Amino acid sequence: MTAETRALMGACAVAAFAATGALAQDTTITIATVNNGDMIRMQGLTDEFTAEHPDIAVEWVTLEENVLRQRVTTDISTSGGQFDVMTIGTYEVPIWGAQGWLQPLDDMPDDWDADDLLPAIRGGLTVDGTLYAAPFYGESSMVMYRTDLMEAAGLEMPDAPTWDFIKEAAAAMTDTDNEVYGICLRGKAGWGENMAFLTAMSNSFGARWFDEDWAPQFDTEAWANTVNFYLDLMNNYGPPGAANNGFNENLALFQQGKCGMWIDATVAASFVTNPADSTVADSVGFALAPDNGLGKRGNWLWAWSLAVPAGTDAEEAAKTFVAWATSKGYTELVAETEGWANVPPGTRQSLYDNPAYQEAAPFAAMTLESINAADPTNPTVDPVPYTGVQFVAIPEFQGLGTQVGQEFSAALAGQQSAEEALESAQALAEEEMEAAGYR
Amino acid sequence: MARAVTTRRKTITTIVAWAIGILIFFPILWTILTSFKTEAEAIADPPSFLFFNWTLENYTLVQERSNYFRFLMNSVILSVGSTLLGIIIAVPAAWAMAFVPGRRTKDVLLWMLSTKMLPAVGVLFPIVLIARTLNIYDSYILLIMVLMLINLPIIVWMLYTYFREIPGEILEAARMDGAGMREEILHVLTPMALPGIASTVLLNIILAWNEAFWTLNLTTVKAAPLTAFIASYSSPEGLFYAKLSAASTMAIAPILILGWFSQKQLVRGLTFGAVK
Repeated sequence: MTAETRALMGACAVAAFAATGALAQDTTITIATVNNGDMIRMQGLTDEFTAEHPDIAVEWVTLEENVLRQRVTTDISTSGGQFDVMTIGTYEVPIWGAQGWLQPLDDMPDDWDADDLLPAIRGGLTVDGTLYAAPFYGESSMVMYRTDLMEAAGLEMPDAPTWDFIKEAAAAMTDTDNEVYGICLRGKAGWGENMAFLTAMSNSFGARWFDEDWAPQFDTEAWANTVNFYLDLMNNYGPPGAANNGFNENLALFQQGKCGMWIDATVAASFVTNPADSTVADSVGFALAPDNGLGKRGNWLWAWSLAVPAGTDAEEAAKTFVAWATSKGYTELVAETEGWANVPPGTRQSLYDNPAYQEAAPFAAMTLESINAADPTNPTVDPVPYTGVQFVAIPEFQGLGTQVGQEFSAALAGQQSAEEALESAQALAEEEMEAAGYR
Repeated sequence: MARAVTTRRKTITTIVAWAIGILIFFPILWTILTSFKTEAEAIADPPSFLFFNWTLENYTLVQERSNYFRFLMNSVILSVGSTLLGIIIAVPAAWAMAFVPGRRTKDVLLWMLSTKMLPAVGVLFPIVLIARTLNIYDSYILLIMVLMLINLPIIVWMLYTYFREIPGEILEAARMDGAGMREEILHVLTPMALPGIASTVLLNIILAWNEAFWTLNLTTVKAAPLTAFIASYSSPEGLFYAKLSAASTMAIAPILILGWFSQKQLVRGLTFGAVK
């Protein structure tokens, strides 16, 4: 052995010891999350967590929702082990939980109080009785409307409107000369864009994606009614170029005073009532998503949740973080530092029982009622073999939902008729279900 | 023979060139302007072009929330590293193709280019699995290798075009004087092709800087470059356009400045060999 080789080996040994030493001192957890206001606040409070747990260091990876989804899906399906905590939604949890890709969260500390979680949210994150993710914030959808325009139109919004009333109100509020449109809805193609809205809406029209034998149902009257009603509303009382509008575009329109009504995520309530950004902050009212008297309302259910992947090598530290960020204590911490209106909503009953929160968030009651009105395990009028209100919790849905969304978006843009869009959707779904072996 | 160009024609060409230039630059200019607005002004309709309350608040917030310089350093290391590695591999390859072409050289060149037609996501899983097995996920070495490989066909093609412009007789003369292959490439060919190599380097640094698929999918924390920095400011639920614009401006500023100062070499490099 030459002197150089010996020296090299010595250096390697020292480096190896140093690395082990570093590991023994500290556990670093890497958390993947999305750039939504509540998550950014959580990131800002990291120091509070590390002060309580000095042995755990936290690294954040914040990504755009679709990039994040692609990134964590790749990581979890290859056991890449890059993330110790992942921010995922009610779409992924049932699929990944069933695959054995997530750590069960049955062993959370007692004071975490799983029984305090809202039943609808908890149900969406549970597979075969086991909870696989802790909800960080939950949302449903509801009607947000301009109280001043409603009054001027001589109408009064009921707490639980029907679709026919929505149409009547949209017609009465539309004033195209002043660029005020009766209703703003999502039109941008995507399974989490227009299809989230349309799938939830179709539930209230008695439609469903598949029957119990996984046969696609776009050739039914219920779907034709849904799509025709939607196109009729948007073409007559919607803003121009609606086929490009997603959440953010509609939020901008509503804040600028250009929408009479907007049916979208409950999380928007805090944005449109914030006087710093919204020109109509003091004249916004809320109502449940519409229905047709069939027993299901057109609102969805989503919960951004924290999950621990099965491949992590820092399970204990990861679970400690998840328990901290989704605890009642975290809610109080946010309330102390940022005010009650900014706490992550929609996950715990105790928050809605809190008078301080009720006072700070005028939309609290409606949000809770909307969330409770959605049932991911029983989303439709007729029975279905899947879970999910505004999505179908199968791996094929991301691709299929987006393709079908493109057909409906094209119909809204006037490039094809509702019948053509439904025919294409049916063909796409039949092909996909056959190829994936469901039929 | 040079054609006489009338003043009128020259004016029209200038106007058209400026119009196209402004059209192409406008989205970047708009991003920069938006980065100085508040979130409410960023979505205002009608939008204000210059008369708004200019604020640096977005830049402060972005810098507070993310470590810009870490992302910047990673971008520099990855783009420069992958380009230099690419040049080291491509110079001998382009030399062989330009000066000692075989029967299949043209086919090899075309085949190399055809790898650019493969959708990147098609090889995502194999590369992720290799990275996992070798335990080099989220490392400079992995990203430099991948970025080098995706840009290699372009580097070889560009160098091949420049080398073809160099008369073979000069290399022959060097050989007559007793130069071996190594001396020939290093001391004769490379200095003559230096302007071409320089523009290849510049263009590939820009390509590697802007690459957003692999840099997003193969990095987590340690090797994440500015593309990951921008991606962390895009939000589907919330209007953060002003902050996103500030992050974008910070991400493109270095490469914009580099491009501005090296535009002569870039233009020369891109049009070199086009006119025979």
